[in-house]
Amino acid sequence: MFLLTPDSGLIFWMLIAFGVVFFVLAKYGWPVITKMIDSRKQYIDESLENARKANERLAQLQEETAQMLKQAQEQQSKILAEAVEMRNQIVEKAKTEATNEGQKLLQEAKQQIAQEKESAIRDIRREVGVLSVEIAEKVLRQNLQNDDDQMAMIDRMLDEIMADKNI
Amino acid sequence: MRNRKSDKITWIVCMMMLAISFLIPSSARASGGEGGSFDASEMIFGHIGDSYEWHFTNIGEKAIALPLPVILYSRERGEWFLFSSSRIMEGETYNGFYLSKGEKYKGKLVEQDINGDEVRPLDISLTKNACALLINSLLLILLVLWCARWYKEKDQTSDAPRGFVGLMEMMVSMVYEDVIKANIPVHVQRYAPYLLCAFFFIFLNNLIGLIPGSANLTGNIAITLVLALCTFLMVNIFANKEYWKEIFWADVPLWMKPVMAVVEFLGIFTKPIALMIRLFANIMAGHAALLALVSVIFITFSISSLLGGLMTPLTVLFCIFLDFLEVLVAFIQAYVFTMLSAVFIGLSQAHHHE
Repeated sequence: MFLLTPDSGLIFWMLIAFGVVFFVLAKYGWPVITKMIDSRKQYIDESLENARKANERLAQLQEETAQMLKQAQEQQSKILAEAVEMRNQIVEKAKTEATNEGQKLLQEAKQQIAQEKESAIRDIRREVGVLSVEIAEKVLRQNLQNDDDQMAMIDRMLDEIMADKNI
Repeated sequence: MRNRKSDKITWIVCMMMLAISFLIPSSARASGGEGGSFDASEMIFGHIGDSYEWHFTNIGEKAIALPLPVILYSRERGEWFLFSSSRIMEGETYNGFYLSKGEKYKGKLVEQDINGDEVRPLDISLTKNACALLINSLLLILLVLWCARWYKEKDQTSDAPRGFVGLMEMMVSMVYEDVIKANIPVHVQRYAPYLLCAFFFIFLNNLIGLIPGSANLTGNIAITLVLALCTFLMVNIFANKEYWKEIFWADVPLWMKPVMAVVEFLGIFTKPIALMIRLFANIMAGHAALLALVSVIFITFSISSLLGGLMTPLTVLFCIFLDFLEVLVAFIQAYVFTMLSAVFIGLSQAHHHE
């Protein structure tokens, strides 16, 4: 059948035409397009990869920030707690010191007062002694004008002394 | 709104059918000639086959045709001849050449040798198919180069192309990624230009072949023969050792090796032959079916006008359906040819134990 017998003339033209099409397009046509398809594909892949990395980095950064924030808050509360404690300590210390100082001052004052009092009492006693001796002298001089009275006096005094000594 | 619109379309289609059924009888009778007999097979094969002139239509008895150059080399006389096909189309003899009416070279230009037998000269005439082939090839080159020009001043960070270049890139990308890269593991750059050429060449010629008045190129076995030959060469020239080992020393029991070698060796040739026949037969059959359907109109009218009038709308509807189908086939066959070529090339580059 004539449809199944290839015509040599047409084969000749087809070889030329397809050959020219092939060489022209293989040189100037397809490589340009396929190269662009490849490079664009690569570019898109890279961009996607970069975006993915950036996202990861961002997530990491966010996590880091959160971590830092958390740490800072912990630090802050710790510092605050320390400050409170320190203040309390200082106040406490001041209080005790103040109390001690007061006590000491009071003690000294008391001591001084006691000393003053003692010396005053001593002075008074000495004064009183002198005065009473003088008074006693004067009284004695008046009362012992007769001998009887003198003797009586001496006796009584001796008795008293004896009684005091419990002999 | 939508319903009204589709009603309108239906109405227009019906009116067109009616008009066609009134118009066609006259032309059918005219082309049927005095005898009124319409030779469907001659019409079909005339359209599918090649011819020395580009015949578009007949107005009355006058043929509207583009005469094409005839280029012959006569072995008998040992010289070249170049003349217009209009000199021989009406059955005349020019320089001893005439269109054969014999069985062997029917419709081809022949001359007579000294014994008076018909012999074919070396015939590289720019026939209708050859002429269409050159035009379509030029068109393909221009289309692709025009697209390629768009990429000249662009880099990968530019926006993707739009419009026609975008369409082309989409198709190139489809063939390149899904067919070529998917099937060929190594040396993609060596094979990609050929496979892209094959795909777009077949697709473009399939589509152009569907236009009434154009040539049926991919439904011509000479064209598919060359395409299949290219695939054959591409597969076998660069084939690696693994491929030849698979053919001549396949991994089968020893007693089967000679059998397999014969089968595989035949396979080297049957694969491209199958490619050649598949493309040719699909496109040729599509054209034949369309033409046969058109012939139905003429045949039924030659039987009776009533039958013709009834059959015509149906036939036209079927023709439209078949035309859509052929557009689909145009793509599918181009895709299948490229896909199988890529698979065969992939097999020739396969690494068995990797």
